[in-house]
Amino acid sequence: MSDIVLSIRGLSVEIPNRAGIVKPVDGVSYDIHAGEILGVVGESGAGKSMAGNAVIGLLTPPAHIAAGEIRLNGNRIDLLKGEDMRRLRGKQIGMVFQDPLTSLNPLLSIGDQLTETMLTHLDISCGEANKRAIAALEEVGIPGAAERIDSYPHEFSGGMRQRVVIALALCAEPSLIIADEPTTALDVSVQAQIIALLKRLCRDRGTAVMLITHDMGVIAEAADRVAVMYAGRLAELGNVRDVLTAPRHPYTFGLMASTPLASQGKARLHQIEGAMPRLNKVPEGCPFNPRCAYAQDKCRAAPAPQITDGHAACWFPMAVEKVS
Amino acid sequence: MSLISVKSLTRVFDVSKPWLNRVIERRAKSLLTAVSEVDFEVAERSTYALVGESGSGKSTIGRMLVGLLTPTSGRVEINGVSLATETDASKIDLIRSDIQMIFQDPFASLNPRWRVRDIIVEPVVARGGDATGLAEKLLEQVGLSALDAGKFPHEFSGGQRQRICIARALSSEPKLIVCDEPTSALDVSVQAQVLNLMSDLKDNFGLTYVLISHDLTVVQHMADRIGVLYLGRLVEEASPEDLFANTKHPYTKMLLEAAPRMDGFGREVQPPEGEIPDPINPPTGCAFHPRCPISTDICRKDRPVMRSLNNTRVACHLAE
Repeated sequence: MSDIVLSIRGLSVEIPNRAGIVKPVDGVSYDIHAGEILGVVGESGAGKSMAGNAVIGLLTPPAHIAAGEIRLNGNRIDLLKGEDMRRLRGKQIGMVFQDPLTSLNPLLSIGDQLTETMLTHLDISCGEANKRAIAALEEVGIPGAAERIDSYPHEFSGGMRQRVVIALALCAEPSLIIADEPTTALDVSVQAQIIALLKRLCRDRGTAVMLITHDMGVIAEAADRVAVMYAGRLAELGNVRDVLTAPRHPYTFGLMASTPLASQGKARLHQIEGAMPRLNKVPEGCPFNPRCAYAQDKCRAAPAPQITDGHAACWFPMAVEKVS
Repeated sequence: MSLISVKSLTRVFDVSKPWLNRVIERRAKSLLTAVSEVDFEVAERSTYALVGESGSGKSTIGRMLVGLLTPTSGRVEINGVSLATETDASKIDLIRSDIQMIFQDPFASLNPRWRVRDIIVEPVVARGGDATGLAEKLLEQVGLSALDAGKFPHEFSGGQRQRICIARALSSEPKLIVCDEPTSALDVSVQAQVLNLMSDLKDNFGLTYVLISHDLTVVQHMADRIGVLYLGRLVEEASPEDLFANTKHPYTKMLLEAAPRMDGFGREVQPPEGEIPDPINPPTGCAFHPRCPISTDICRKDRPVMRSLNNTRVACHLAE
């Protein structure tokens, strides 16, 4: 298909250390189409941020891409180095980080930061860049954009800062945005504003979004498709409604059932025993098998099957049944 | 009978610049009212939840309950004893051993140089009690192994550390545990384990919890009574059933509407307007009026008092 913006095939990230090699991302494949929001969900240490960083070339050495392909609009980008990667970053891929205060330069006014990005990547004059910067701030809903363009990041509240970061990510009109926990540091009411903003901008511009989060509620409301990650591998990939209402992987099922829901009242929460394995001690076979209630000999012996869209990486996927 | 009774509790922090700056720049003192005239009661063996966004004063109230902060005005009475004003030291001592606290970050609240055994028995040893075998017993009660007593905190994961914090809180056999965001730093599957453990312990030990959280789903699951805070003021108090099904205060309505829902596929919410105002210069009258969709003149002038409506207490002029 022509409208696939990002295509990841068999991506593995390795970090060599004294004790051996750990694989925070192991054989992950997925596509993101234009105008689509793909939610990447998992617990801490599942490798969801690491996969995002690999795409935008921000892996900190010694972490490196060990295998696989990343294609953006059909061109391979995982082999790009230095200046080529820098030109791509910000121009074709925008990034929104978790903490808006640390991702803005405290010594530059937000106007300077926006125009800097545009002048680097677009062939426009300073005056034009300034005009576009004001337009971008208006678009993300900052009141009085023309007056506030010379303000510094510390003069904004958390929600407003995150809007500035989104304006920064979008100002060079990239085809893909990677949003790494964009609302985790924000309050519920501000989170709703930011999610609504991201959804609106992507729909209007046809930008593809990789939304990395641990919050199933955010995924349910914002994402079109969802990729569930566990111990560096994809556990399940599919349409958000299908995955969340009728999970096929026991891990996804456990995640859904352990979230307190209005309907279940004071009943005990479903527990997944144990915790995610350390990356240097990922068990043989399916990485989830020690915690899985349905694990059989095959799960301990053979690695989980390759995943395709709408399916789970599980030898014995659960029958389609609704979570209460 | 109520274990905790809080009466018009207020806490003001002085956030002024240093004296010389104030003189040179001719600035007045700036005072931040973190908690303002909060009243509530917590029944024995129940779970009372305080919920609100950041800056709503929920942690400040928690700290005043355990005596880590003194109230600027108003009283906190636990079993009829006010920790801040009581003069009889033996009474205070007795009450103190009945109160424990669990903090949000299990990585910061355990001493990295102490063995788990010493951490857990400290509340008992500090009072000269006998703690032989206590740590091992408590570790098993919170779902860890007795062999873990000789280890150091860094050998445990986040969820296990939070269990150690819970074991430490239980060691002095308290009646009341104030839990300040006990699961916010944990993953969902680990959160479920800790919440289940807390429910079990509550039944086994006859505990009373004050649960401070920003997560509405956790609060709804755990609490018997929920108090919603906004800018240091209690705006609504009700049982979870009433609060979620029969919401009275416009702020609570906004909060519930904005919270992401697991079944909200493609839901288009009208996101709430504005953000929490500056607590140094709070709005006149009702603190919520600048963001409130139904505010009228009276909301701008008079601060609403807490009144009872059926089984709900609500501070709103217009709620019915």
